[in-house]
Amino acid sequence: MKFTRTLTLAATAALALGANAANAQYSDGTIKIGVLTDMSSLYTDLSGAGSVLAARLAVEDFGAAAKNMKVEIINADHQNKADVGSAVARQWYDVDKVDVIVDTPNSGVALAVNNVTKEKNKVFLVSGAAASDLTGPQCSPNTVHWTYDTWALANGTGTAIVKTGGDSWFFLTADYAFGHALERDTEAVVAKNGGKTLGKVRHPLNNADFSSFLLQAQASKAKIIGLANAGGDTTNTIKQAAEFGIVRGGQSLAGLLVFLTDVHGLGLQTAQGLIMTEAWYWDQNDNNRAFAKRFSTANRGIHPTMVHAGVYSAVTHYLKALEATKNDTDGAKVVAQMKATPTDDNLFGKGTIRQDGRKIHDMYLFEVKKPSESKAPWDYYKQRAVIPAAQAFRPLGEGNCPLVKG
Amino acid sequence: MADLLAALGINAFALYAQLTVGLVNGSFYAMLSLGLAVIFGLLNIINFTHGAQYMMGAFGAFFLLQYAGLSYWWALILSPLAVGASGIVVERLMLKHLYKLDHLYGLLLTFGLALIIEGLLRNEFGSSGQPYRIPAELTGPLDLGFMVLPFYRGWVLVVSLIVCLGTWYIIERTKLGAYLRAATENPTLVQAFGINVPRMITLTYGFGVALAGFAGVLAAPIYQVAPQMGANLIIVVFAVVVIGGMGSIMGSILTGFGLGIVEGLTKYFYPEASNTVIFVIMALVLLVKPAGLFGRTT
Repeated sequence: MKFTRTLTLAATAALALGANAANAQYSDGTIKIGVLTDMSSLYTDLSGAGSVLAARLAVEDFGAAAKNMKVEIINADHQNKADVGSAVARQWYDVDKVDVIVDTPNSGVALAVNNVTKEKNKVFLVSGAAASDLTGPQCSPNTVHWTYDTWALANGTGTAIVKTGGDSWFFLTADYAFGHALERDTEAVVAKNGGKTLGKVRHPLNNADFSSFLLQAQASKAKIIGLANAGGDTTNTIKQAAEFGIVRGGQSLAGLLVFLTDVHGLGLQTAQGLIMTEAWYWDQNDNNRAFAKRFSTANRGIHPTMVHAGVYSAVTHYLKALEATKNDTDGAKVVAQMKATPTDDNLFGKGTIRQDGRKIHDMYLFEVKKPSESKAPWDYYKQRAVIPAAQAFRPLGEGNCPLVKG
Repeated sequence: MADLLAALGINAFALYAQLTVGLVNGSFYAMLSLGLAVIFGLLNIINFTHGAQYMMGAFGAFFLLQYAGLSYWWALILSPLAVGASGIVVERLMLKHLYKLDHLYGLLLTFGLALIIEGLLRNEFGSSGQPYRIPAELTGPLDLGFMVLPFYRGWVLVVSLIVCLGTWYIIERTKLGAYLRAATENPTLVQAFGINVPRMITLTYGFGVALAGFAGVLAAPIYQVAPQMGANLIIVVFAVVVIGGMGSIMGSILTGFGLGIVEGLTKYFYPEASNTVIFVIMALVLLVKPAGLFGRTT
């Protein structure tokens, strides 16, 4: 019988590990925040448990308990699968009385949850996902896209690179909604600034070996290889590009979406000199540094990314809106309230939310430091430019969002 | 040949280059599927922990460098030994109880173990991965005429060929291998000849697992050393084993390299399909030859 016992033990343990999705509890009369994120795969470090922590810190700082607001936070792993994500969202809204879903890296999943949220008239606060379609053709009265989007990334990094002479591009694109959106938005920016796109190749999400794709990029002779991918895909591409001597051969890499945790994973030796657009960096001011200190002590030393900061900021503003309306049942009304009030919090400062659901704030162009310039662990970025809020995001009229009337 | 390709609008050099990098990827498939084949052949266990053990090999190299300051070359020896030893512990404590049961039990146990190992490491190290640099002796370009291959990839190809063929030779051509094969057919009879079959089985599992660890060390400088690196690979490797034929040594080696090449070509001609092509081939092979290309129907 010993083996059955051992087996049962092992199987139970394995099940417990795979069963993140079952954290939910039935509740009513409470404000229930569901953090739907990647808990086990390539986007875990840049969002994942850190996003849950950021939401918790936001609730603490808001002083929800003192204001007699009972807030509960639950989380689930969407496994980067749109079907899993929308199934969890339905279960949360229908059974578990979740009022708002936050974070949700992976644009494919986010677009699915965007639809479910609209159908159920709840609230969706996007920090992790990037596709600018969320405030474009797919925009919804129930969704706010908080931290960044593909248009802002393309606009920041793309413009900066074309203006410094990088006028011919080859795209290495993750083959799903996010990659396509980022590639499309960047291509438009390149063309607008007088550059041209020589070619592109689309790789599967969560790919390990990029050598085939890098050889194609090399053969294109483009000056810039634009990486329209994220997380583990980006780090593996950059690492293997170094191995294949891409930069030594005179081509440059443009990481269109690079997070702090990616730079940490790569090490400065490999990542130095990369230029990227971000909404937030922990070492920009005292507020951010204080947050990073609290966050990293509770998160195994990992410092917050802009996605984590965005979750904090979005949850804060959401709670403010609820404090004003005292009603969390009508999601569209809550979002309307959020749009009507200017945003103001510790991390993102003052800002606004547009009619199409786009949160507006400054974006920043950063460059990764050389190993010799970095003075402490996680001291990775130097700021190259501020992209003022008015120019950082796609003009309201150009997104084809049905909510925006002529 | 080059003229013919040019007539078809294909750059011959680009094609050769894709074939070469495909071959390098194939060497990982071959090494991993070889270990699986050896384990399945003798233990009748479908070792789903294989991907995790490959990942442990890579992490082993990272730990040795980070905490003991031991270079890649030490890792190449020590890390597989450590992973193999951990495999022996698993076999002694858990797997040995499952040999007489349905395959499904072994599969469940090893799959559960893989989830536990990956979960623990992810909790500790996150998913972004740890950097591991290519050893200085193996950096630099290797000019093949039609392409510039990073020296390290060439090294991986050569080493894995040696390891694969060495394993094949031991199992198919030596006395030790003959015992192993005999024990696969009829363990009771082999035991009657005075050979310690349980110990042989334990060591075989240890060896198969060490092979995965070895592949992990080879992979560490190419990929990010991340907890999920094995999980992503293992599904493909299982497809390779199924295509090659469960338990066939040479079959798994040839299929490993062959499918690496097929995948490389797909990445060139139709990159969107590159993560499905192997499964399409698997389905086709199963339709035509259910025992796999090199498998025996018994």
